[in-house]
Amino acid sequence: MTRPRKLTKWVVILVVLHGIVAAAGFFAPYDPVQQDRERPYLPPMRIHVMDAHGHFHVRPFFYPLRLRDGSFDQYEKDTASAVPLHIFTSGGAYRLLGFLPSHLHLFGAAGTRIYLLGSDAYGRDQLSRILYGGQVSLLAGLLGAAVTLSLGALIGMAAGYYGGWRDELLMRLAELFLALPWLYLLFALRAFLPLTVSPLGAFLLVVVVIGMVGWARPARLVRGVVLSVKERDFVRAARGFGASDIYLLRRHILPETASVLLTQAAILVPQFILAEMTLSFLGLGVPEPMSSWGNLLATLQQYNVLASYWWMYLPALAIVPFFLGYLRLASALQEHFGTYKIDEKSGWSPT
Amino acid sequence: MRYLLRRTLHAIFLLFGVSLLTFLFSALTPGNYFDEMRLNPQISPEAVAALHAQYQLDRPLPVRYAHWLNAVAHGELGFSFAYNSPVAPLLWVRARNTLLLTVTATLLAWLLALPLGIWSAAKFGRAADRVLSWTTATLLVVPDLVLALGLLILAVRTGWFPTGGLVSAGFDELSPVHKLRDLASHMTLPVLALVLAAMPMLVRHVRASVAEVLDTPFLRAARSHGLSNRKLLYGYALRAAANPLISLFGFSVGTLLSGSLLVEVIMSWPGLGPLLLEAILARDLYVVIGGVLLSMIFLVGGNLFADVLLYWADPRIRTAASPK
Repeated sequence: MTRPRKLTKWVVILVVLHGIVAAAGFFAPYDPVQQDRERPYLPPMRIHVMDAHGHFHVRPFFYPLRLRDGSFDQYEKDTASAVPLHIFTSGGAYRLLGFLPSHLHLFGAAGTRIYLLGSDAYGRDQLSRILYGGQVSLLAGLLGAAVTLSLGALIGMAAGYYGGWRDELLMRLAELFLALPWLYLLFALRAFLPLTVSPLGAFLLVVVVIGMVGWARPARLVRGVVLSVKERDFVRAARGFGASDIYLLRRHILPETASVLLTQAAILVPQFILAEMTLSFLGLGVPEPMSSWGNLLATLQQYNVLASYWWMYLPALAIVPFFLGYLRLASALQEHFGTYKIDEKSGWSPT
Repeated sequence: MRYLLRRTLHAIFLLFGVSLLTFLFSALTPGNYFDEMRLNPQISPEAVAALHAQYQLDRPLPVRYAHWLNAVAHGELGFSFAYNSPVAPLLWVRARNTLLLTVTATLLAWLLALPLGIWSAAKFGRAADRVLSWTTATLLVVPDLVLALGLLILAVRTGWFPTGGLVSAGFDELSPVHKLRDLASHMTLPVLALVLAAMPMLVRHVRASVAEVLDTPFLRAARSHGLSNRKLLYGYALRAAANPLISLFGFSVGTLLSGSLLVEVIMSWPGLGPLLLEAILARDLYVVIGGVLLSMIFLVGGNLFADVLLYWADPRIRTAASPK
């Protein structure tokens, strides 16, 4: 009915959003670290179809901007030479998804660079940096969630299945982690890890730090599911046939926790993307020249950037559609599994 | 009473756990505050070693923990390497600024959220409710980092509000009225960011729990007795819907010290946030631990406060907890 449709809708939207970021090489016109020292802080260019004389052009075009004489950030339009916009054009080489070599870009221009979302202090294309930065932020969020959920599932299953003092100990520890405000936990963890590392090392560090913060809630939820599942007939039967603990946990109990884990994933991923942004924004995460949504925003900590170059704020808005998608996905999943559970109970519940 | 005692013991256990945990993390730290001095040829290795000894960084972890616990018992919370002073007074000044901000923001958020949520629940499903729900849903998908930076840009470009700090230069010369105005204008932006970040969630919770109660037989009966709408909503429905809201309020109180960390850093508000960030970057160990512990005390205290309020407000909890 409408519920699975809602679920499908948001899954599709999220897949498209992630796809755009994953294929950043194609959608971004330029390499994110390629500099153009002649054009620092160039404002976003406008695409025209009507030229200065009021003539209509089928092919959209833009006017190149050049620095006004004696200025370092004031640009003037060169209305004499319109540059046509090319769709599906050949440009700088990149590797799609990290392995497919390609030259094809969604759009570009010959002769001069186009800056749809402006440029940064080094004349790097802001749009390309946002798209490539998304890869870092999203990957950090997804990997962080994977780490957290594995940790949570493992701890939750151990606590729920074995019970006794192990359960008691693990759940007290979970309470501790739940009580800590997550930003503080993130900070505290980050504080006690090395400050200066290579970009890749920093990225992995961020993933690990983020991943270690959130395990408590999924662990508690998984434990609850395991507690009820392990008394179900099919589990008892399997145990009666001599199945080992590991086999039971893997084959019979883990699949039952899927609904909890999926819902938690939809809740955790956007939080973790935001966590990466926060860490990188504060200079504790992914360093330059690698871009991430967080460290793109870090320039806003300078007053003159805030005051004069508003387009440096645009990376912040990139996360909003992802937030919306994940939030809706989480509530759709909750609804979906909620009804599923009720149906299951009224259908063939043993009692 | 037993219920409250148990909650208190639980809170104390939590605090102990956190302090132990932060200390354990700190033991894993590669390097410390004095590492940079080693690179300085003008400071001899002996001097660095002496500093280590002075701050007991050369002692084993349990000894350091015991020493620190002793300091906590004397109300000191350890010693800051960077500020060369005990941590407690350092934290206290900053915590006061943070509280000024967050208490105002929390009060405002709740004072706005309660009537809005109740009003929304009373108009459940109608146009007004839908508009409000849509607004809160929009605000919910804007993370506080994005929101705070956006407000900051707005302030810088329009010049309506000062963009950082607690007060203007020359604050001391102002008359009391102007002092208040100056402070208020500095507080506006961070408070606005905090309220906008916290309120949508609160409104949605209030709306959900009141709407649920409005559907119950006892309220329909009360309505058919001819009670006025206002009395129905504020006198009956709110009371019955209070439990989850009280827990939520306890949580709000609990995050008074930790919730504004990011906003403080972005808006350069001289609260705990910037101090903690500096301390992390400088590896000023005891300031970090002290800050985390202080905010934990608030968090645990807030939860405890909620438990007490629940105990006081809900007879079901009282009767379930006291006999036996």
